[in-house]
Amino acid sequence: MKPFTICRGPAAPLLRNNVDTDLIIRIERISQLRRGQFATWTFETLRYLGEGPQSGERADFILNQPPFRHACILLAGANFGCGSSREMAVWALEEFGLRCVIAPSFGDIFRSNCLQNGLLPVVLPAQAIAALAAVASDGTPLEVDLRELEVRAPGLAPIRFEFDPVQQTALLEGLDEIDQTLLLMNEIEAFQRTDRQQRKWIYGQHRGSSPSGA
Amino acid sequence: MAYSGPRTLFEKIWEPHTIAQLPGKVALLQVDRHLMHELTGVEAVRVLERRGLPVRNPDLTFATLDHVISTEPGRTAGDEPWSSEMVNAMRGQMGRLGIPLFDIGDGRQGIVHVIGPELGLSLPGTLIVCGDSHTCTHGAFGALAWGIGSSELVHVLGTQTIRQVRPKTMRVRFEGAVPPGVTAKDMILYLIGRLGAAAGTGYAIEYAGPAVEALSMEGRMTLCNLTIELGAKFGLVAPDDTTFAYLRGREYAPQGAAFEAAVAQWRTLYSDAGANFDREVQIDAAAISPQVTWGTSPEHVIALDAAVPDPAGEPDLARRAALQTALDYMDVHAGQRLGELDVDRVFIGSCTNSRIEDLRAAAEVVSGLHVAQGVKAWVVPGSLSVARQAAQEGLDQVFLAAGFEWREPGCSMCVGANGDVVGPGERCVSTSNRNFAGRQGPGARTHLASPAVAAASALAGHIAAPSVRGARGVA
Repeated sequence: MKPFTICRGPAAPLLRNNVDTDLIIRIERISQLRRGQFATWTFETLRYLGEGPQSGERADFILNQPPFRHACILLAGANFGCGSSREMAVWALEEFGLRCVIAPSFGDIFRSNCLQNGLLPVVLPAQAIAALAAVASDGTPLEVDLRELEVRAPGLAPIRFEFDPVQQTALLEGLDEIDQTLLLMNEIEAFQRTDRQQRKWIYGQHRGSSPSGA
Repeated sequence: MAYSGPRTLFEKIWEPHTIAQLPGKVALLQVDRHLMHELTGVEAVRVLERRGLPVRNPDLTFATLDHVISTEPGRTAGDEPWSSEMVNAMRGQMGRLGIPLFDIGDGRQGIVHVIGPELGLSLPGTLIVCGDSHTCTHGAFGALAWGIGSSELVHVLGTQTIRQVRPKTMRVRFEGAVPPGVTAKDMILYLIGRLGAAAGTGYAIEYAGPAVEALSMEGRMTLCNLTIELGAKFGLVAPDDTTFAYLRGREYAPQGAAFEAAVAQWRTLYSDAGANFDREVQIDAAAISPQVTWGTSPEHVIALDAAVPDPAGEPDLARRAALQTALDYMDVHAGQRLGELDVDRVFIGSCTNSRIEDLRAAAEVVSGLHVAQGVKAWVVPGSLSVARQAAQEGLDQVFLAAGFEWREPGCSMCVGANGDVVGPGERCVSTSNRNFAGRQGPGARTHLASPAVAAASALAGHIAAPSVRGARGVA
């Protein structure tokens, strides 16, 4: 996973609520494309006039406007990333070039998926996001600092945000969750040894033609 | 266990599954059931194999085909080369890894959230994950069940564990009884309308109260299924005699004396008197009537006979603009009655409402009548088992005689991954779970409703309550 320490750059305001993962990346793309092929299709129904880039861009969509075509921060509305569990939504945002999304709240599954990929989900009150959007609207870069847990914008006092310490360390160091868990394999094995005795029916001893169990 | 005070149902499942508490709020948890489907499964297995990791517990992993498989009668795989390739890749992987795959040929295929319960895989007190957001459905059995992403899927395959932040807890009590004709779908849509689509973010939600206890398992599954549309990953109902009666004799449930022993343990799975919840909500069940969505979020929902809200009444400018965008997309205007809207498509199916009870409710409405001219109506049973049961009861014939298409099990038009889509600008009354813009196809307009309302709308040719039976404008 790509480590995250500081991200500095244009922050695109997309302040509508309930942006769902279907809107971020459509089902046809996730079923028929592979990781690395999503950038063209991020937010496609908001971004293009019709089917894909050949149909032309919608000029009024924020990520089509010059300062934000290379945004690394997205300022979003409440419940960003709600809906489908598709991790491809995170991949699509990343492949577009975004490193951080700031929203009043996130879909819970989407937030977990962000942490797996080094896309930083920052929760701030809507008023703070509105203040950031006012500064960022002309392309003025914002700075998100995961070490200090703050967002900085010219003319505003630094805005603090909260983050779980384990998740913060994982993002800062780019730790892979599977590698981290494999280090705990002794604990996992010990747990399962006891569990197999206590809850035999979980482990399938009840199956097949000998339902009475092991 | 350190905990001694009154505990919630959630805590009674969370704590015994905790292998390690990490610093902060994250715990490493044992996964009892990992359910897989082809859309996210195939790629996850490829990643696992590239990392050189084995599947830690193939005995706790179960797979089916639902998202991209064809629902066309006579199908063998997908409708297109790419989907057939995905289906066949899944078959190859599962065979190689020793993971049971419930396929068309063995009669057990179906939507993952339909077959888990009907095979007795979804059991009280268990921890269940699946690469699909509607995994909360299995919480109907008093299981801790939630949807995970692709990376987490690889993590579960490789370690049989999951890392999870401990959520806050919410209890929603439905007091009293629902009026006749009001279903679990109406209960949960009403709740989402009242609380908003983000109200559950960060919570595990337990549904309780007399109106929940009165629900069948099918109803409880519908209730828990839409928990993710309320923003929460976890929805739970405490198991009771209804649960145990449903599970008795199911293929993967414990059998005989082992079942009785399990039931004795399952009877301890309820929230103790005095247990503390971070939030409590009371709903008067008697106030609920049939619900239909008018917009592009499940929170855009009203009673079938109510007027579509006017954005002018919304003081917040951004929210007002969002409401107007939804109205425009749906081609609906403020103050309009939903009964005035003609429909092009009706979809009865999905992990929300494709179980036998749902098909019975719809069949009761359509029996002896016919789908309105110009309406294309589909029934997609949730599993081969549901389809067989429906055929035994003659429901397939009721639907076919009424002019519905009777298709093979799968996710179908709920998600449109297999090409079963609603056309641009077409209006569809759907028993599924998401009315997002473009969810059922680019430009498609979705109105979520119960199976009875969907069936009645198919007959009437416009959105209609079951009692209306084709008479326009009374809804």
